[in-house]
Amino acid sequence: MNMLAPKPAAATAALSRPLPAALPRAARLKPVLLQVLPPLLVLAALVGLWEFAASGPGATLPPPSKVWEDARDLIVDPFFDRGGLDKGLFWHLLASLQRVALGFALATVAGVALGLLIGTSDFAMRGLDPLFQVLRTVPPLAWLPLSLAAFREAQPSAIFVIFITSIWPIIINTAVGVRNVPQDYRNVAAVIRLRGPAYFWKILLPAAAPYIFTGLKIGIGLSWLAIIAAEMLIGGVGIGFFIWDAWNSSNLSDIIVALIYVGLVGFALDRLVALAGRLVTHGTAAS
Amino acid sequence: MDRFLDISQLSVAFPRAPVPVLREIDLTIRRGEYVAVIGHSGCGKSTLLNVIAGLLPATAGGVVLEGREVEGPGPDRAVVFQNHSLLPWLTCYQNVKLAVDQTLSRTMSRAARHDWVLENLALVRMTHAKDKRPNEISGGMKQRIGIARALAMRPKVLLLDEPFGALDALTRAHLQDQVMEIHAQRGTTVVMITHDVDEAVLLADRIVMLTNGPNARIGEVLEVELPRPRDRLALAADPRFVAARSAVLEFLHARHANPALAAA
Repeated sequence: MNMLAPKPAAATAALSRPLPAALPRAARLKPVLLQVLPPLLVLAALVGLWEFAASGPGATLPPPSKVWEDARDLIVDPFFDRGGLDKGLFWHLLASLQRVALGFALATVAGVALGLLIGTSDFAMRGLDPLFQVLRTVPPLAWLPLSLAAFREAQPSAIFVIFITSIWPIIINTAVGVRNVPQDYRNVAAVIRLRGPAYFWKILLPAAAPYIFTGLKIGIGLSWLAIIAAEMLIGGVGIGFFIWDAWNSSNLSDIIVALIYVGLVGFALDRLVALAGRLVTHGTAAS
Repeated sequence: MDRFLDISQLSVAFPRAPVPVLREIDLTIRRGEYVAVIGHSGCGKSTLLNVIAGLLPATAGGVVLEGREVEGPGPDRAVVFQNHSLLPWLTCYQNVKLAVDQTLSRTMSRAARHDWVLENLALVRMTHAKDKRPNEISGGMKQRIGIARALAMRPKVLLLDEPFGALDALTRAHLQDQVMEIHAQRGTTVVMITHDVDEAVLLADRIVMLTNGPNARIGEVLEVELPRPRDRLALAADPRFVAARSAVLEFLHARHANPALAAA
């Protein structure tokens, strides 16, 4: 019964594979260049402008050439560890990422569960939604003193700040996703009599998945914003405190290098969640 | 008379609407019959189908299928929705399989269900796309998967809600021929909602014409006495086809013209 399937697949593969090879090398490189060239040009222009603007006698910020000179060991070797806080950026970023991973994982579990609850129950929606709407506007750092008082330790307080920052978009988007299961899917489920847990796993959760991942994507971005600020206050190993420490010792070049790393890691986190979303929802998140 | 599907004194009103959408619909459908319901937009055709499907409750009267009153949706009345309604996160195979697993797991073994899914995909000639997801195939193909899913539930009645409305004319003709073949092959009873006169005459044994809503009633019922199998090319010039076609057109455009257009 499965005998027919491999045949067309093999046929299309045989047809489509030689085509790109037939193109000359230059023609294949062109689209890649068109993608890569513009950002590289813009980057070069900006670095040039920065160098020019920060090279004057009255400049308050170091030019890129000086950053390279001052912070070369930081850029070249992110893995050194001389004990205490004198570590390579990799270790600082790792410490921050661990906090984010823990706080964000807790927020994902709790946020999806609460989102499903207020998405499916009108009572829970009416009861909890006003509370959530108020609490979600509280800035992340405003939670820090309270959590320090409650946990009496820096580490769990920072994790709590991540949790409380990223949970709101996860709750709200999950609830919206659950409420927006299209009537078509509900009709299909009704005709084939899918109810209860089967309905939850086979219709509700997959239909809400694109929304859930939108919430996760916003949540991870907020987490990364919040951890930097929280670490500046709690100290210890972490990229946030590294920046604050560099400021206190007037190490502007170190700050600039750290900022670039923070940006790159934030970008990578965003893409990672987007990728996970695409894998889980099979690309239906886009449509 | 064979009272396979019996709609009697059916009225449907929506809450807060002063006039019912459908009023006192009486219709008896024989086993294996192909019935087309035609009428202008907004006349309540889809409402009628949804009540038969059990997706909407009747306000008065009711629907009886093989001696049992319809009280809710179920796989014995499989629906092919206008917008295909395939689940986008499942492949074509999985979409059909979900319906089969859900409705036939008590009577069929796992292996038999797998074969049955493939058989229905083959019936609509979609075996080649069984591992594709709905967003990777064309509108006509999606509708064929929708038909395969509905047929795979072994329904007593197949309900088609303007199944070809969103398709281009060539795809539509192709699918109409396929549905005719399937109807001949499986002998399923079909109720089809349509607003296409040619489609109704070509496919149906009987055409039920609804008057304009709200308060829509059955205005007229036309028996289409064309022999099967029907061939669209040969029929185009057949006087019986032309007569049936003009009878429906007469009803729709002369006696019950579209109120929206008449007002303009």
